[in-house]
Amino acid sequence: MSDFLLELRCEEIPARMQAGARAELEKLFRSEMQAAGVTPGAITVWSTPRRLALIARDLPEATEAVREEAKGPPEGAPDKAVDGFCRKNGVTREQLELREVKGRPTYFAVIDRPGRAVRALLAEAIPAIIRNFSWPKSMRWGAASQSTESLRWVRPLSGIVALLGDELVECAIDGIASGYATHGHRFHCPGEITIGSADDYAEKLRACHVIVNHEERQDLIRDGAREAASDAGLTLVEDEGLVIENAGLTEWPVPLLGRFDSEFLDVPPEVIQLTARVNQKYFVCEDGAGNLANAFVCTANIAAEDGGAAIVDGNRKVLAARLSDARFFWELDQKTSLEDHAKKLERITFHEKLGTVADKVERVAKLARWLVEEGIVTPKDKRDPGSEAGVTKEELADLAEQAARLAKADLVTEMVGEFPELQGLMGGYYARAEGLPDAVADAIRDHYKPVGQGDDVPTAPVTVAVSLADKLDTLRSFFAIDEKPTGSKDPFALRRAALGVIRLINENALRMYVASGDLLDFFADRLKVQQKEAGVRHDLIDAVFALGQTTGKQEDDLVRLLARVNALQSFMDTEDGANLLAAYKRAANILKKEDWHGVEGEIAKTGEEDPLALVDDPDLKPIIAEKMRQRHEMLLSYTPEPAEKALMDTLAEAEPKADTAIAAEDFEAAMGALASLRGPIDRFFDEVTVNADEENKRENRLELLDRFRAAVHKVADFGRIEF
Amino acid sequence: MNRDAPRDPANSFQDMILALHDFWSARGCLILQPYDMRMGAGTFHTATTLRALGPEPWNAAFVQPCRRPTDGRYGENPNRLQHYYQYQVILKPSPPDIQELYLESLRVIGIDPLKHDIRFVEDDWESPTLGAWGLGWEVWCDGMEVTQFTYFQQMGGFDCKPVSGELTYGLERLAMYIQGVDNVFDLNFNGGQSSSSDATGRGRRVTYGDVFLENERQMSKWNFEVADTDALFDLFDKAEAECRNALDHGVPVAAYEQAVEASHIFNLLQARGVISVQERASYMGRVRDLARGSCEAHMAKEKDRWAADYEGWSA
Repeated sequence: MSDFLLELRCEEIPARMQAGARAELEKLFRSEMQAAGVTPGAITVWSTPRRLALIARDLPEATEAVREEAKGPPEGAPDKAVDGFCRKNGVTREQLELREVKGRPTYFAVIDRPGRAVRALLAEAIPAIIRNFSWPKSMRWGAASQSTESLRWVRPLSGIVALLGDELVECAIDGIASGYATHGHRFHCPGEITIGSADDYAEKLRACHVIVNHEERQDLIRDGAREAASDAGLTLVEDEGLVIENAGLTEWPVPLLGRFDSEFLDVPPEVIQLTARVNQKYFVCEDGAGNLANAFVCTANIAAEDGGAAIVDGNRKVLAARLSDARFFWELDQKTSLEDHAKKLERITFHEKLGTVADKVERVAKLARWLVEEGIVTPKDKRDPGSEAGVTKEELADLAEQAARLAKADLVTEMVGEFPELQGLMGGYYARAEGLPDAVADAIRDHYKPVGQGDDVPTAPVTVAVSLADKLDTLRSFFAIDEKPTGSKDPFALRRAALGVIRLINENALRMYVASGDLLDFFADRLKVQQKEAGVRHDLIDAVFALGQTTGKQEDDLVRLLARVNALQSFMDTEDGANLLAAYKRAANILKKEDWHGVEGEIAKTGEEDPLALVDDPDLKPIIAEKMRQRHEMLLSYTPEPAEKALMDTLAEAEPKADTAIAAEDFEAAMGALASLRGPIDRFFDEVTVNADEENKRENRLELLDRFRAAVHKVADFGRIEF
Repeated sequence: MNRDAPRDPANSFQDMILALHDFWSARGCLILQPYDMRMGAGTFHTATTLRALGPEPWNAAFVQPCRRPTDGRYGENPNRLQHYYQYQVILKPSPPDIQELYLESLRVIGIDPLKHDIRFVEDDWESPTLGAWGLGWEVWCDGMEVTQFTYFQQMGGFDCKPVSGELTYGLERLAMYIQGVDNVFDLNFNGGQSSSSDATGRGRRVTYGDVFLENERQMSKWNFEVADTDALFDLFDKAEAECRNALDHGVPVAAYEQAVEASHIFNLLQARGVISVQERASYMGRVRDLARGSCEAHMAKEKDRWAADYEGWSA
């Protein structure tokens, strides 16, 4: 058993690609080994900006010999078939063996594959791994690139170290031959160093100022940055993304703290943090009060002779230039009111079929106002007559419309042009600086929320109105021009918008119609995904949505829908619920088997063209009711059995109870009413024969089961619920 | 001033340029002069664009003045200029030691990589106008981008065969760094130390501001406020027409010059704020068509000769 070391050295690999490259290297190595019949022990993969390294423990010296047998055509088969068989298996006709198969002599090819030295297998595997390696972007280079067939790598590949135990695995690709030599740190140890084996690899590199283990570098940066901050009496603003990125940019990371001019703290802290992080990959720090401090932590790639003083000074200057740009934007943007900025939205196309952003703003403003006027979004602290505190509906509507009209204005500001991720936030700052009401500034700031799964959902009424109007408009507009998400493609982030709407509606308990048709189905899908993540069974959501198919009126009120789903979920967790479901399935099966469509269905069979349509006709209602009564009387022309009678009585009691509870949206009470059916229905199945010989008994009992099913359907389509 | 004095890049902008010339000249590069046209980047120099096509080896270094009308700040911003210099090196095919050569050139102008933090940070380059792209880095010195380093993969829509390595040094930034000044206009241009001058004026300290501040003020005003936009629109159309005329007559280099001209006129129109967002894409498309058309014509004109001279090469 020997350990294998592979190092692929190249010019600087983009930091963001290193994690993927490690996974790719391991995957390709494993698949090469599997194809060769070698089972490696533990595999470790490391990366630095200038190298990918893989160590596989406990490789055997050689693979085992394998004997493979292949059954061929029977003796006497046409020559063509026998020759073909030989060719396929790489044997001559003389090498074939004859064996009896079911009494017939049959040709067999027996191929002995001798064991191979793993070193030789690796020498073939390494070039294959390099050629098959998939990078997000790769390139050609050097004289060989005169042909477009030349080797591709993320950046020019410069060296290969491949050692099995302490022996070289000799291989070469496009003129790059494997060897024992690698390079240390670009500046601290620019010369060649010789590696003995997998065991001394990391330590030899460390001696040459390269920490090859990326996790160790990440730890050094995380801890070092924290320490640098605390030495200055500050707290580091943790940023794991920056830790990983800086570890991907350095072989010998040295976190260093620097200061910037505190005058820049006039600029919003988010801007400073973003400038530092995005442009310079610096951490920022907070003081004891949790305010942004005038300090940054950069990560150098050298242990400088002067302790990093010159590096810190250089970085300070660069940050100062960046911050003065940011301050320039901050001041320039404020010279124009948001209202005037908003006018420029007429020049920005929202979507070629949907007009400009200004057009969208107009729609959103109207919708936001409407949401308030319709009483869907209501003031939190409604003003009582004669009182000073709180807002009236009209005032709230005005605020919502005002905020909606200004919400997108920051898209044309210099700051958002520079940092698109600050959209909303900057508008909020500019609105406050202009002296607009806090509710408007907050709404502008937060109207994109909720952005992600864990993001806060707005609750302030003005913000809710604008945020909801913006997302609903986006969804309705794109659905209207048939730009719906398909598969993994969702270029306009409509799934996120729908999820945002769902969360806004539910967490603020907004009672409203959300959509119909395709868009409602889209909401239903999103709701299922969202509720599934929250631990709600998707079949229960289906069961409630499916109600629409029987009633013809799909549930388009998400709050009511979820209240129903939640009550249903609790109910299904009880013994009553589980038993009721079992009884429901049994009833449904019988009805299906008997092809029973209810008394109305029986009337249908009387020849009316569309008799069910008549059921809802107000003029015909009394007539139908009378017909039904007669029918019931006719059916009940016998004395029901006790269990039958008990079910009828309980149904008569439970039905109006459930109706009342549902009308009051008290779904728990409705479930309670249904629960009362459980005993009687179980007893009915135990004691009563549905398929009685007498037709009137059979019809009445089927009708009773249908009534039971209908009663259950008041709450949900139990047919969709899984056991 | 002693004309035999060694180069002093730490104190002189021109010595920094001369030191780079010395360095790259000693490594086999042609030292070319700037292209005599207004252009947005050194990459537009024919020594880069057109020479990146085809199989012929090509190693050249030159300074190229760059015009970025929208970056003008009337001489009031310490870092931004509407006219500045790039130092371009193009090495074709890209040599295996190109990074080491580049780092050595930094040492020559006084940047010690054991004192300063030099980093190669991913930055891929793409010029839709030129139908070109490449992979590479921006090189950071203590967090400041001082060089763009690109391996050209395509130019004018054609695969680069072989690939060139392109280095673009931001000369003013580097000089500010090396000289330790915070304002570009304070750069010592000639390394002169005295403030008084003798009768000849030689040896007096001349700053970058002495040379360019007034130009920045006037040109910013012209770019943003004065330039006759009707005339510019007209010039754009004329450059476009002339490019096609040149293409029709089989002179792609002349056509390419008109594409460069149209590109700059477009930049001026942008600075004047007279091109709407919708029109912008259409103008860019027109410039791109001219540039690509010129590259295609250049390729068409040369490819048979290249294929004959370089075995195995094909467009």
